[in-house]
Amino acid sequence: MKEIRYIFAIKEAMEEEMERDENVFLIGEDVGLAGGSFGASKGLYEKFGPERVIDTPISELGFTSLAAGAACRGLRPIVEIMFMDFVTCAMDSIVNQIAKMRYMFGNQYTVPVVVRTPEGGGLNAGPQHSQCLEAWFAHVPGLKVVMAATPYDVKGLLKASIRDDNPVIFVENKTLHAMKGVAAEAGEDVVLPLGKADVKLQGSDVTIVTASRMVHESLKAAEILKQEGISAEVVDLMTIQPWDRETVFASVAKTHRLVVAHEAVKQFGFGAEIAAAVAEEILDELDAPIVRVGAPFAPASYSLEKFYVPSADDVVSAVKSTLERTL
Amino acid sequence: MDKPSREQLAGFYTMMVRIRKVEEMLMEVFSRGEILGFLHVSIGQEAAPTAVCAHLTVNDCISTTHRGHGWAIAKGIDIRRAMAELFGKKEGFCLGRSGSMHLADSGIGIMGANGIVGGGIPIAAGAAFAAQYKKTNHVAVATFGEGATGEGVFHETMNFAAIRKLPLVFVCENNGWAEFSPRSIHMPVESVTSRALAYDIPAVSVSNNVLEIYEAAGEAIRRAREGKGPSLLEIRCDRWYGHYVGDAQKYRGKEKVEEAMAKDCIADFEAELIKGKVLKRKDFDRIQAEVSAEVEDAVNFARQCTYPDVSEMLEGLYV
Repeated sequence: MKEIRYIFAIKEAMEEEMERDENVFLIGEDVGLAGGSFGASKGLYEKFGPERVIDTPISELGFTSLAAGAACRGLRPIVEIMFMDFVTCAMDSIVNQIAKMRYMFGNQYTVPVVVRTPEGGGLNAGPQHSQCLEAWFAHVPGLKVVMAATPYDVKGLLKASIRDDNPVIFVENKTLHAMKGVAAEAGEDVVLPLGKADVKLQGSDVTIVTASRMVHESLKAAEILKQEGISAEVVDLMTIQPWDRETVFASVAKTHRLVVAHEAVKQFGFGAEIAAAVAEEILDELDAPIVRVGAPFAPASYSLEKFYVPSADDVVSAVKSTLERTL
Repeated sequence: MDKPSREQLAGFYTMMVRIRKVEEMLMEVFSRGEILGFLHVSIGQEAAPTAVCAHLTVNDCISTTHRGHGWAIAKGIDIRRAMAELFGKKEGFCLGRSGSMHLADSGIGIMGANGIVGGGIPIAAGAAFAAQYKKTNHVAVATFGEGATGEGVFHETMNFAAIRKLPLVFVCENNGWAEFSPRSIHMPVESVTSRALAYDIPAVSVSNNVLEIYEAAGEAIRRAREGKGPSLLEIRCDRWYGHYVGDAQKYRGKEKVEEAMAKDCIADFEAELIKGKVLKRKDFDRIQAEVSAEVEDAVNFARQCTYPDVSEMLEGLYV
């Protein structure tokens, strides 16, 4: 184990997988010569050359579908979409093609495409460079959606996503790129399972189900709550689709209170699915209404970003509101 | 390039007849309600798939469109299992999940028909990319209509294919119609070849003559195999029927339809074959009877196949 930045853990995951399997290649805007616009592929072009680290024109739809075709012919593409907002330009490819090719063609093709893309605020980049759109993809049958919160997780989950034979939307978070933490060494080859949540903090009074950057805000919130004698359990989903019902339900059965926190706009976010499933399946376990934390129903404002992006304080308020209420 | 042999010429004729008879049969069974959904036939456009696919092997890939039966047949799809697919049966290539609009056969490089206009073009480019990546001499062919050239992804793919010199051939069947709109409404240029100029991609436009297409496609595919990059081939053809079977074509008018139907690539080829003393009328009759029996057999097979069970709905969604 060693301490590295999240962005570097992404690079290492890609590098190790490209070394392991010559069919793995990286394609996207500025991923080669420039080393990735956030630096995720720094050094890979020099190491693997222009045949395996493919700089593209600015054409998300074209190169994402190209990756789909290449995947059908035995390659394992990693597609980088520079900002998650730009994924909208590739929606036909992801939703109509990649998600459906296996099922629609009667299992004749496997489509092991990983679409890596950073989401979220933190750069004051405004409405078209700050969105969190993971719920859209979780709604499309055929895709997996992964979100990693730490350098250790991002490395192990990205390696798993590259090895998975299903298409994976791999959501990074821009503010996490610079975060430092421990990660596995190359020789350890840690591959984390998709579809499995991780209980980042054990607690007994309330369950906070979350992912990505909001894991850290939730842990901060738990620290604040602890001062007040409240014990919060933080469940990091890690995979949004398929999500780990077992771990979430077990935690709710233990604490009897649920808060779901994500950075995406609250309405119709993945929190709605978690809340609905808990209400459908184990309502009798709940002692209080479920409370959700998410961004306001507005585009990310350039100047108001710090009020827009949910924080630990919002999680604290949500926990208190569920503790004050009963069913 | 060598001229096609007499056997090849007879093979072209048989293939064109096979495509037409399959589609005529499809129209019949569709009108009887035996197949569901939308049906888009390519009658009048049999020459292009026949001539282009004659240059391809099972390792070469094609992507096709909603009007893609002809391409799948010319690429060598087993018509019994293709028919079973159109009937929505489990024995079909896609387990009855695709019907006409997404017919695919991974075993012979059919990347799938695409219900999204232009959607298959970058997918074929992906197959070409994989061929290049693995250092093979395989090629891919993206087939589409001129309506698809209004889509951004056509231009994105041309751009990338030219930059990377992908072993890809863009084959455009310019039949004058983008669904219900004539060319004058959706294209400022007469020929799609003008569009290729912007990407420095060599492009030729040929008539709906199987031999002319065969020669031009041969050159484009040879270039691709030799690593010289993509080409574009346009075939100027006519769509005999509407956008879909059942389309009354009020936007087009009876006269225009009759005009289109007066141009028949199969009848023209018969005249050439007689003139060249390759086949005689009685040969045509024999081939047509054989193909009819083959198509009849495929339909009977499809009828006897089984529908998927509702319990199989979620099977295979994930690996």
